[in-house]
Order: sequence, then structure tokens, then C-alpha cells
Amino acid sequence: MVKGPSGPLGEGDPRGGAMTPPLPASGRSPGERMKQLTQKKKASQPSSKTLPKAATGIQGLDEITGGGLPRGRPTLVSGGAGSGKTLFGLEFLVRGATQYSEPGVFMSFEESIPDLTKNVASLGFDLDRLVADKKLFVDHVSITRIEFGETGEYDLDGLFIRIADAVQRVGARRVVLDTIESLFGELPNPGIVRAEIRRLFNWLKQKGLTTVITTERDQPDRLTRHGIEEFVSDCVILLDHRIREEISTRRLRIVKYRGSTHGTNEYPFLIDDQGISVLPISSLGLDHDAPAERVSSGIARLDGMLGGRGFYRGSSILASGTAGTGKTTIAACFVDAACRRGDRSLFFAFEESPQQIVRNMRSIGIDLEPWVRKGLLQFHAARPTYGGIEQVLLLTHKRITSFQPSVVVVDPVTNLLMVSTQNEVRSMLTRLVDFLKTQGITTIFTSLTAAGSLEASEADVSSLMDTWLLLKNIEVGGERNRALYVLKSRGMEHSNQIREFVLTDDGLRLLDVYLGPEGVLTGSARVSQEMREKAVVTFRRQELETRRRELERKRRIFEARMVMLRAEFEAEEEIIQQTISESELLGQEVVQDRGQMVLSRQADSSSYKKEGRAKAAPVR
Amino acid sequence: MVWNLRLYVANQTPKSIRAFANLKVLCEERLKGRYQIEVIDLRENPQLARGDQIVAIPTLVRRLPLPLRTIIGDLSNSVRLLVGLDLRKVDWPSSGRPT
Repeated sequence: MVKGPSGPLGEGDPRGGAMTPPLPASGRSPGERMKQLTQKKKASQPSSKTLPKAATGIQGLDEITGGGLPRGRPTLVSGGAGSGKTLFGLEFLVRGATQYSEPGVFMSFEESIPDLTKNVASLGFDLDRLVADKKLFVDHVSITRIEFGETGEYDLDGLFIRIADAVQRVGARRVVLDTIESLFGELPNPGIVRAEIRRLFNWLKQKGLTTVITTERDQPDRLTRHGIEEFVSDCVILLDHRIREEISTRRLRIVKYRGSTHGTNEYPFLIDDQGISVLPISSLGLDHDAPAERVSSGIARLDGMLGGRGFYRGSSILASGTAGTGKTTIAACFVDAACRRGDRSLFFAFEESPQQIVRNMRSIGIDLEPWVRKGLLQFHAARPTYGGIEQVLLLTHKRITSFQPSVVVVDPVTNLLMVSTQNEVRSMLTRLVDFLKTQGITTIFTSLTAAGSLEASEADVSSLMDTWLLLKNIEVGGERNRALYVLKSRGMEHSNQIREFVLTDDGLRLLDVYLGPEGVLTGSARVSQEMREKAVVTFRRQELETRRRELERKRRIFEARMVMLRAEFEAEEEIIQQTISESELLGQEVVQDRGQMVLSRQADSSSYKKEGRAKAAPVR
Repeated sequence: MVWNLRLYVANQTPKSIRAFANLKVLCEERLKGRYQIEVIDLRENPQLARGDQIVAIPTLVRRLPLPLRTIIGDLSNSVRLLVGLDLRKVDWPSSGRPT
């Protein structure tokens, strides 16, 4: 780190009357730069092809920068008062020391060491311990005001020596100067100060120390107060802290990152008890997979309306409707089904408390409590006014990243309009939906619409959604009943019919639609129609029954008559038959008699004729 | 009252040499026999830079008599040096700043 005998800048022994080395030219010669690059590559993280980077460990920042800050170079972090520059620098060092084994030196030109320690304690960083473990070195440069001007030439070797000593004591690879422009306020002759600062940056570069330099920004068109951004040309990051309509938002922007592609947008970030979190979501990502797997909605007939199989996994679903139409219920059914499958679910509640949601769902037979206990379902409830829209986006991003759910519910999304304009809400939702799709998370967004503008007001948001369920209250016959349409569902055939849905003690049921002469019938109109139809059916059946019986009766009559006729006939037949046979018999007897008679007569005559034998047989 | 003056230098740069020379001249002129000059080479004692909060080189600190006075530069501007060491009365113009 620091070479011993020669001066702190390693420029060789100046004892021989040599002047302090000439100020290096502002541009580096190509040869010098190549040498620096090849030297640095040995100790760097493998990330960019062009420039080695030092990972910061700050959530989201390494993604945006493609690996971290430029290694061995100074990075300028500029921002207004309270924008988080000091915390940025500290977190950079603390994580460098604890996560990447790179000790660091923090030169504070404004805050005292106890103040610093207290500030970062709220982020969970134990500065005292790190200093004691020789992982960090903290030095507070407090310059007593020089009241009477300088008495001649001077330079800032004192400062250089302090930094060099600190670097050597812990073997630092990272340095933070916060905020070096204070020197301008304390020391006379800004010309000298500028030149020395430039010399310092070059020395830091020579030593291969990745440096963060914070500067205060007091005017929107300038990055620094004293123009030292000229000397820091590798990377410039801007931190912004805005208050708009009483909501504060923090944003980070990479103004410049030489040699590296970077997102040029503003990224929202927040500072919480785990440090700084930057939201690395860019709105350019339309590059996510389209899984073909389907998941059940938790309501059987709804699956039926969606091509028979339910939603696509990883799709975005909008359930919109006026107040009280059952949007949260639909979301809860989906979550219930997901947890039953063993999928983790994350429920963002922006309107009701989790306890209230659980209680309400229990009343229709859906018990979400066991899933919460098993850790499959997590609720996060907060009104968006708590932090503003970017904070909401950040928090949701953080929670999703740490919980890794398969299903997410945002209920309702329209509450975000309380803290933002429609454009911003849409922009935020675009990013959120992109993020969710890249993670393959199936999401239901509920949206409260104003009565009478059901489809119009959702036009902005609905184009982000793959499936749109429209929930309606139908007013008919003095009643309001709930109904559901599948307005659109990309990539699948879906029902175009309205269905009534009813919340019963056993859950949510979708019922068939009844079309009466007035149109769709729901509620008691449906019930009465059902009854009427049932009555018609019953009546018909009864009629049929009656007819059948009549037929039966007629047959029996016919058969009875048949029997009777037959009996009569048989009786007569018998009589006639008898008569016939009698007369036949009579006839026969007569013939027989006559025959006999003839015979007997002939017998007489014949016998006389024959021989005059005996006397004639006795005549009978 | 023996004056205790500490001159912080970093190696024997021309500035440091000049500062020492200038200081010696002044002390012989104004404080003969009642001064004590310590030269601290911060490169040999870097922790003193931290402890005494030294940033600029050369820096002259008048430790006695109190109050502590800090003067930076190679001490070539003797007017400022005298004013800084409080060895010269100052005409305060209406602007309130010493010339």
C-alpha cells in the first residue's frame, strides 16, 4: 500500500531538493491506463469485460452498475443535504469489509466519529467493532478555521499522510472521503486545494484504491460546489431526496459510468434498518418466459370459464369492480388454492388489515389462518401514504425477493393513486409486473373502480394484465347481486358469458346465467325463474304421468272387454257346436235306423225268396 | 513565558526548509531566549497528524502561550505570521479584517 522511505505519494526521495512532483496531466496516457487495468484485473471481481468492478453489496446497486463501482477508481456521489451520501459511503465500506474481505478507510470531514457510529448503528452496522477488528479505519478531519490566511505556500501532505497511514494500518482496498469539499471552506486559497485534491485522487488511483468521494450539491445544474467533478471522470452517481405532496422519495441515478453500460434512469431507493436498497427494475424488460403451465383459480367454475384449466402460471390478473363486488374474495380464493398446493403466497393489503381479511374470509368458509401459521402465506399491510409510491415498489420488491412466493396479491392497486398520479402509478405497475413476470409469479391485482365507469377508467392498467375479471353488481328487481365476467384472457379461450356468483358458507360459487325476457337474471329473480322452470317441468311430468295412466286404463278396459267377448263367443260356440253334433248324431241315427229297417225288411224278403225255408222270422 | 512552537513538516521539502528558516529568523528577532521550536516530521509520526489534526504542510502551532494558534504555509509572509502569532498589533479597518 504505502511504500516506506519515499514520500506518501511514492514519488521518490525528495530530499535531494526535488520539487513536489508536477501535477499529472488531467488525461491519462493510454499506456498508463492499460498498465493500471492489467494490474487491477488480478484482484478484481469478474464482471465487466472492459472495466473491473468492486461489488458494493448494496442491494440493487450492483445490478444497476453491472457489478459494482469501478475498481481502483474514484466514484463521485453527489447529492443534497440528507440524501444519504454518508450512509452510502459507510455501507460501501462496511459491506466491503464484512462481505468481500476488503478493509476500508473512512475519512470524515464533517461528522464526528461518535456521530457516525450512532448513525450507522440504525442500519445494523457496528462501526466500533469493525474498527476494533481492524477491518475499518475511521478518521475525522477537523480543521480549525485558519483565520488570517496562509503565510506562504503549502500543500496538503498532512492529509495525505493521514490517509496513507490509515490505509496501511488496516490494509485498506477501499476509501471514502466524506465530504472532501469541506476543505474548501476551511482552507484559504482554493487553487491550492483543488490542485491537491487532484493530486490525492491520482495517488488513490495509483494505489488501486476504490474510492467514493461525496460532494454536496446545492444547485440543480451542478454536481459539486467547487467543480471537482472534473477530476472524477470514471463514475458519477447522483442521490436525490425529494418531497412531493408531503411524501418523500429517494432516487439514485448513474450520471456517468465510463466504460460500462448502465441504466440511465432514476432508480428509487430506500434506507431502512438493513441499509440502502435500490430498486433495480428497469422498465425495458419484456424479455421474460411464457410458461404454459396452468394454475387453478380456486373457484372450479371460474377455471371452467378460463378454457377449463385456470390461469397461466406467471400471468398477471386484474380483478376490478366497484365497492363490495368481491374482489378481495376472489383473491383470497386463489391464495387458498395456492397454499393448498404448497405454493407460497404473499398478500399485500393496502386497504384492510390482515386480521380483517382473515376474518372476512372465514365467514364464507375460507380459512387462511393455517396457511399463515405454516408460513405459506405472508401478509404485508400498509397504507401507501406511509412512504410514497416508489417506497411501495421498493418494499414489495424487497419482500418478494426475500420470501420468494409463487403467488402475489396486491389489494387494491388503486389505493396507490392516493399518493401519486395516474401516470406514475402506471409506470410503477409496469415495472412491478415486469419484475413479477421475470420471476414467474402469478399475481392478482384488485382495482376499485368508480361506479359507472367500469371499463373506461381501467384502460391504463388493464393493458398490463393478461386476464381481466370484471366484477359487477347487477341491480334487478330491487336487489343487487354479484356477477363476474371474464373480460379478457390472453392466450386461452374463455367464456364470454356473465356468471352470477354467490358467497355462501361454503365458499364462493359461480352459477349459471339465466336469461329471461328481461335479460340476465340474478338473485331472487333467478330463484323465482328457477322455480318457475321447475314448476313447468313438474307440470309436464305430471301430465305425462296422467296420460300414461289413461292409456293403461284404456288398455285394461279393452282387455276386459276382449275377455268378455271371448267368453260369450265361447259360450255360443259351445252351444252351436253341441247343436251341430246333436243334429249330426240325429242324422246318423236316422240313417242307421233306416238302414236297419231296410235291412230287416230285406232280410224278410230275401229269406222268402231264397228257399221257402222256415217260416218267416218273427216280425218285429 | 517560554514560547512553545511546533512546526509540522513532511520530509525535507523546500517548503518545510523555508518554513523552518523563516521561523528561526522570527524567533531570534522577537523572542530571543524565550522560545522553543519542535519540528515534527509527520512521515515518521503519522499518528500525530491525526492526533493534532494536521492537514496542511507546513503547519505551525503555537502551543504556548495559550490560546492555541494554528498557522499554515511556509511562513514567508511575515506580516501574517506575526499577526497569527499575535506578535503584532493590528489596525482593524472598517471591514473588520486585517490587511
